[in-house]
Amino acid sequence: MGDPGGTGRFGEFGGRYIPETLIPACAELDAAFREAWADPAFRSELDSLLTNYAGRPSLLYEATRLSAELGCTLLLKREDLNHTGSHKINNVLGQALLSKRMGKRRVIAETGAGQHGVAAATAAALLGLECVVYMGEVDMERQALNVFRMRLLGAEVRPALSGSRTLKDAINEAMRDWVATVETSHYLLGSVMGPHPYPWMVRELHRVIGDEAREQCRALLGRDPDVVTACVGGGSNAIGLFSGFAELPAVEMVGVEPAGGAAVGRGVPGIVHGSKSYLLQDEYGQVAEAESISAGLDYPGIGPEHAHLAEMGRARYEKVTDAEVLDAFQVLTRTEGIIPALEPAHALAWVLRAKDELAGKVVVLNLSGRGDKDVAQVADILDRADG
Amino acid sequence: MADLLPLEAHLRERRNSGHKLLVPYVTGGLGKDWAEVVRAYADAGADAIEIGIPFSDPVMDGPTIQEASEAALDQGANLGAILQELRDIDAGVPLVLMSYVNLVFHAGYARFAAEAIASNVSGVILPDLPMEELGEWEPFAKEAGLATVQLASPLTADERLARLCARSQGFVYGVNLLGVTGARTDLAESSTVLATRLKATTDLPVIMGFGIATVAHARAATVEADGVIVASALMRLRLDGAGPEDLGAHVAELRAGLDQPR
Repeated sequence: MGDPGGTGRFGEFGGRYIPETLIPACAELDAAFREAWADPAFRSELDSLLTNYAGRPSLLYEATRLSAELGCTLLLKREDLNHTGSHKINNVLGQALLSKRMGKRRVIAETGAGQHGVAAATAAALLGLECVVYMGEVDMERQALNVFRMRLLGAEVRPALSGSRTLKDAINEAMRDWVATVETSHYLLGSVMGPHPYPWMVRELHRVIGDEAREQCRALLGRDPDVVTACVGGGSNAIGLFSGFAELPAVEMVGVEPAGGAAVGRGVPGIVHGSKSYLLQDEYGQVAEAESISAGLDYPGIGPEHAHLAEMGRARYEKVTDAEVLDAFQVLTRTEGIIPALEPAHALAWVLRAKDELAGKVVVLNLSGRGDKDVAQVADILDRADG
Repeated sequence: MADLLPLEAHLRERRNSGHKLLVPYVTGGLGKDWAEVVRAYADAGADAIEIGIPFSDPVMDGPTIQEASEAALDQGANLGAILQELRDIDAGVPLVLMSYVNLVFHAGYARFAAEAIASNVSGVILPDLPMEELGEWEPFAKEAGLATVQLASPLTADERLARLCARSQGFVYGVNLLGVTGARTDLAESSTVLATRLKATTDLPVIMGFGIATVAHARAATVEADGVIVASALMRLRLDGAGPEDLGAHVAELRAGLDQPR
């Protein structure tokens, strides 16, 4: 998965569909990231934070009990053990350092489940940046604890009150803020979406997941995996994992979407939030609302590079239901003593369903976040089911 | 002037005869009588009329246009129905559609261009289709004879501003400020700076928008520029219950204000 060049195209997808006011900022960001990414001093500063602050490398753990039940070798890439509890820290540390380097002392972020918002607020606290996080009003209710976390970390959390009042509306509000404050603010976007250079830059910042997993798998088993899999909303944790394996043609790549927000599965090409990709929309081109048990995957689009990987057939995209996700959430908790976030429980739900297809194979699954944030929600749902 | 697109020919003629240009906006499909608003604007002395196609995710719009868009969508507005109603309007002045690009892309560029022309539309404003991405749409617009208006921002650098003006058709839309649409108390200082730069760059009509709510704003903005777009202030009245007549009266006031000797 290479450099999409100045136009930011992955095949027909990607691009830079943004208002004129944001064009200079995206051009500046592209240039600044290219320069920083090639600068050993920047890389070493970031690597040092990833090692000493975020806790990288994350473990690649062989889930032996679950593997025995499934009849495959299941390796979990433990991004849930990173500081702040998810893969999101990789991206925010990189972008926060870059923001400082560009002389922008204020960062704007959007968040769905709160994972990216908490990570952004954390990086801002660490590096002394002002941080404003937009969050859909509905999500603020669903994830009240993360709202409090962000505020504790010194971030200002502003509700997105328009539209569906979820992640896509939080992105709208973040972009509106950015249009007004672009001279002094950096938009610290949380996934592999948005206008160029974001899909490329965020992928590069998460590439560490796949690079580590590939080497760890070789060290552990002396071979490459047959299948790598991850959940996909915007798709940042999946693209991070995939980028370590895309050049190995024998490794199959599987992205797993929620059935209620399956942009590849049910969407058609569209343009929103700065790039062209698959998008859930109605017959007139109005963006549809994604619906899933997981606020972090409640996004009607998907990163443009995923659309390209799907179009080329290099990755395949499966969808799972909320019920399958809840089941997988409990299976991992009980057999391995690991409570996953509902997002990576999607990838596990597919693994459980595809048991026969995966028999005898080596599977690397990106466990992108821990489940503490979801425990109250799952308790509610299970109580209701019992009652 | 025979080779000019009708939008540009009309605006140039009005400007060259000494008028400042007034372009009021209405959200398509907002209220059953929205098409009457278009006629009322024309009768009140509008030089062109901007019709917004409501979109679910209007990132360049502030609270008023967001509310207007949501309300119109709730009332069942859609691109096809709006174009259908425009077919029957003989406003006597050019109609310009403002749409986020996904609605146009989803309809199909060729189909949209043909249907817009068939509905008496003479230009389009696509705020999230900057020059970099214009190539996928422009051939279809040219084929149909539809003008694609470019937006210039206070942050657009000189070299880019020249390319942007050369690429713009009909007029060039100067965005007064850094931010989204919406009425402001004062005209942004960046407005005059950008208008002056645009006038030094192009002979196209230069029309300024974003934050223009009052006669005083409109007069101040047109010291340098050729005209103004007024949107949120009118849609605020519309959302608060104003009908075609009230809105027409408001546009007539703006017209009179612009026409007063300086």
